Amino acid sequence: MVPVSYYFALSAILFTLGALGVLIRRNAIIVFMSIELMLNAANLLFVAFARTYGALNGQIYVFFVIAVAAAEVAVGLALIVAIFRSRQTVNLDEISSMKG
Amino acid sequence: MQSFHLVPWIVFLPLIGFLLNIAFGRRLGERGAALIAIAASAGAFAISVLQYLSLNAHPEGAVVHLAEWIGIGALSIPWAFRVDTLSVTMMLVVSGVGTLIHIYASGYMSYDVRYKEDPGSYTRFFIYLNLFIAAMMVLVSGNSYLMLFVGWEGVGLCSFLLIGFWYNRNPDGKKGLLNSQAAKKAFVANRVGDFGFLIAAFAIFWAFGSLSFDEVLPQAGTVAPAVVLLITLALLLGVTGKSAQLPLYVWLPDAMAGPTPVSALIHAATMVTAGVYLVARSAPLFAAVPEAQTAVAIVGGLTALFAASIAVAQTDIKKVLAYSTISQLGFMVAAVGVGAYVAGMFHLVTHAFFKALLFLGSGSVILALERAHHPLPDDPYLPKKKKKHDDHHGHGHFDPQDMRVMGGLRKQIPLTYWLYLIGAVALAGLPPLAGFFSKDEILTDALHANPLVYLLLTAAAFLTAFYMGRQIWLVFFGEPRSHAAGHAVESPPVITAPLIALAGLSIFGGLLNFPGWHPLTDWLEHTLRHDLAHATVFNPGVAGFSTLLAVVAIYLSWQLYGRQPLKERQPDPLKKRLGRLFTAMENKWWVDELYFAAIINPYKRFAAFLADKVDWDFWHDWVHDSLIAKGFRNLAHFLANPVDLGVIDGLANGLARAAQGLARVLSLLQTGFVRNYALVTFLGVVLVLGYLVFSS
Amino acid sequence: MTGDLLLFFGLAIVAVAAAVGMLASRNAVYSALFLIINFATIGVFFLLLGAPFIAMAQVTVYAGAIMVLFLFVIMLLGAEQVQQPGGGGWQRPLAILLAVALVVETAVLIFGGGASQAILPAASDYGNPQAIGMELFSDFLLPFEITSVLLLAAMVGVIVITKEDRKKPE
Repeated sequence: MVPVSYYFALSAILFTLGALGVLIRRNAIIVFMSIELMLNAANLLFVAFARTYGALNGQIYVFFVIAVAAAEVAVGLALIVAIFRSRQTVNLDEISSMKG
Repeated sequence: MQSFHLVPWIVFLPLIGFLLNIAFGRRLGERGAALIAIAASAGAFAISVLQYLSLNAHPEGAVVHLAEWIGIGALSIPWAFRVDTLSVTMMLVVSGVGTLIHIYASGYMSYDVRYKEDPGSYTRFFIYLNLFIAAMMVLVSGNSYLMLFVGWEGVGLCSFLLIGFWYNRNPDGKKGLLNSQAAKKAFVANRVGDFGFLIAAFAIFWAFGSLSFDEVLPQAGTVAPAVVLLITLALLLGVTGKSAQLPLYVWLPDAMAGPTPVSALIHAATMVTAGVYLVARSAPLFAAVPEAQTAVAIVGGLTALFAASIAVAQTDIKKVLAYSTISQLGFMVAAVGVGAYVAGMFHLVTHAFFKALLFLGSGSVILALERAHHPLPDDPYLPKKKKKHDDHHGHGHFDPQDMRVMGGLRKQIPLTYWLYLIGAVALAGLPPLAGFFSKDEILTDALHANPLVYLLLTAAAFLTAFYMGRQIWLVFFGEPRSHAAGHAVESPPVITAPLIALAGLSIFGGLLNFPGWHPLTDWLEHTLRHDLAHATVFNPGVAGFSTLLAVVAIYLSWQLYGRQPLKERQPDPLKKRLGRLFTAMENKWWVDELYFAAIINPYKRFAAFLADKVDWDFWHDWVHDSLIAKGFRNLAHFLANPVDLGVIDGLANGLARAAQGLARVLSLLQTGFVRNYALVTFLGVVLVLGYLVFSS
Repeated sequence: MTGDLLLFFGLAIVAVAAAVGMLASRNAVYSALFLIINFATIGVFFLLLGAPFIAMAQVTVYAGAIMVLFLFVIMLLGAEQVQQPGGGGWQRPLAILLAVALVVETAVLIFGGGASQAILPAASDYGNPQAIGMELFSDFLLPFEITSVLLLAAMVGVIVITKEDRKKPE
């Protein structure tokens, strides 16, 4: 059987890659996709540990995470659409209205 | 029958009269106002008589508690009336003589207000007079030094008001401010004395813990003599102010600016004797320190002689009496000083009789001349009886108080003459009139206690007889030295009736303490400590010598003034005999001038110096303008420019600039780029995780 | 090396490669496709871990609905390609540095603790949809209902956000 630490390692790598995507990509959509990747990494770990301890809770949490992610993606993409309408770009480096 | 509880009415009856006359006096007219005032005073006299009768049955007296006045912690000063033989003696004199003078004044002031062309002041006079009686009653009836002081100040106020009664005139009747200045002088001189009284009161409270006579006097022997000496000397200062002794007597002659009834009531019979009363009341204190007693006796003796010498050379009929009063007060003060408290009180009473008589008589004389000189068209007591006098003498200067314009008046106004003569003989100390007995008693006691005082008083007695003789010869004998003197008009009965009563008292007053019988001694014994109230043994030597001196003095005055009566505008014959000495006496030993030179003018210069140099130049110009204003301006400039603009604003601006700079630096962090923020978050995650991993 | 491990490593390599591909792709559409591959692999992992229901949800919701939405938006906006300007040069190296640090940290965390626990064979009914349903509608009923409200809110929110402002003065 595969030790749970392998899943942990895989999840960590995927999570780091997702975080890296958030940090280095400028395209808002890709940043968004990276966030989904991070969520999936977390989901993977949830399920792995749920299996390890023989508890269903982890899977239930994953179900909720998927539901929330769906809602989040819907809202997030709607925001991106709205921003694109007003600014004609999805480049995060061109969006700095939060600068004081 | 015991009626001590009525004693507050001796104060409240005059006070009611005072208030009634304030409220309704003008509407009631002269008769009504005078009646109210006389009734108030007579009521007080009646109450006093009731107290006298009660005391005969209960000689130990009583203290009537009326109200709580001051209560602070342990200090409790009630308004309590002390009814004992000493205070009732004073009450009787004050209200008795006061009532007679009220009656006299009701007639006299009718003329005075007309001559001063201010009839509205008639009521005002009686308002003041009733207020004076009330204040004087507070003084003599108070059971503590503080209540006594209230009365003391009250009579001082009334004295001030009445001396300045014709406040817009001079003593000669012309418009001016000299009367007001005389009133002011009296007030200021009294203030010096009051200062002493207050110091004494403070010291008494400090030493005895109380101001009540009941508690202070019995403890007199228990306190350190030095403290009692301080108290008594401070009291002596108060006495010299109120009773016109050296060195504060100067106000009393000027006080003659008041109307004559005032001179009689306040400045002869009652108020000025308050000092004597105070010493008699404080007898246990004075008895405890012989030094203080000696001081009192010397002051009294010196004053008696000094004032008598001045009286010899005066030409104003009232001034002679004024200095005579000072001299006689000196006798009383000397008497209480040598421990002869009964003799002092005895002389106080008899002096009240004959000096009031003399003052009122002089008022009658003055009035007689005034009416002859300038008859009133509406003379209130002679309704259109006499044909109008040709008034060519009504113009020009005429002083009805100047004895040099009198003469021969015994033919014009015989009643006044006889009454005045009785007073003069009583004052001169010829037997068997009142003055002889009281003065003789003082002289006898003084001889036993202090020969120096005896000599001073004897010399004063000699001068007294001389100046009274001189006055009688000048005023009533010889030929009239003016038109007015030749046509003098006898005063109406309302004026002469009180004189007759007072003359009777002057004649028979000696019976009060007749040698061998001495009822006054027995009477006062109930109040004074037994060792302080001793009956004076009649000394034929002293009595005979003083009588002889008086006769010699009167003979001398006859030699000078009687045998060859003074002519019009003739200088005083004594001037040739005495030369410079007479000039000195005539000018009152230049005491006023001395006070001006030594105290008042330096004081004024000092005040001017304070005002001009210290206040204006130094304080205002230099301190205020230069130091404070300019300094403040400089300081303000300094504060405004370097401090405020530089430091404060610099600090504020600096802070702002620093905050701005910091914000500028920090705002670099806020790029507005989401990814930068995310990076920082990620950094935080890495750091926290690193800490968790590597720290365990 | 057992078959299990071989399968795991094979899938893991595919998943990591797909993730790297998503990061590295210039074109957003490619990125989305790489991500679908990644999600699918993870779905297989779920199956391996005895979570068939989650695996199905993963494939339908993520790989299906969500990624379709992504592609739809990418194409709607025409934002396949974003110019990579040269600015912000410090962000990228710092991010890579931090990523390496994170990997090191997790490695220490995972393998520094000694022998790892192996995953045991599960019970026969473990993770089947019936068991999941029993859990969801008993212990997690309230969160489940709240999830429905959340989805509804997201739906309304999306409509509000993307609605054209009719009153725009232009």
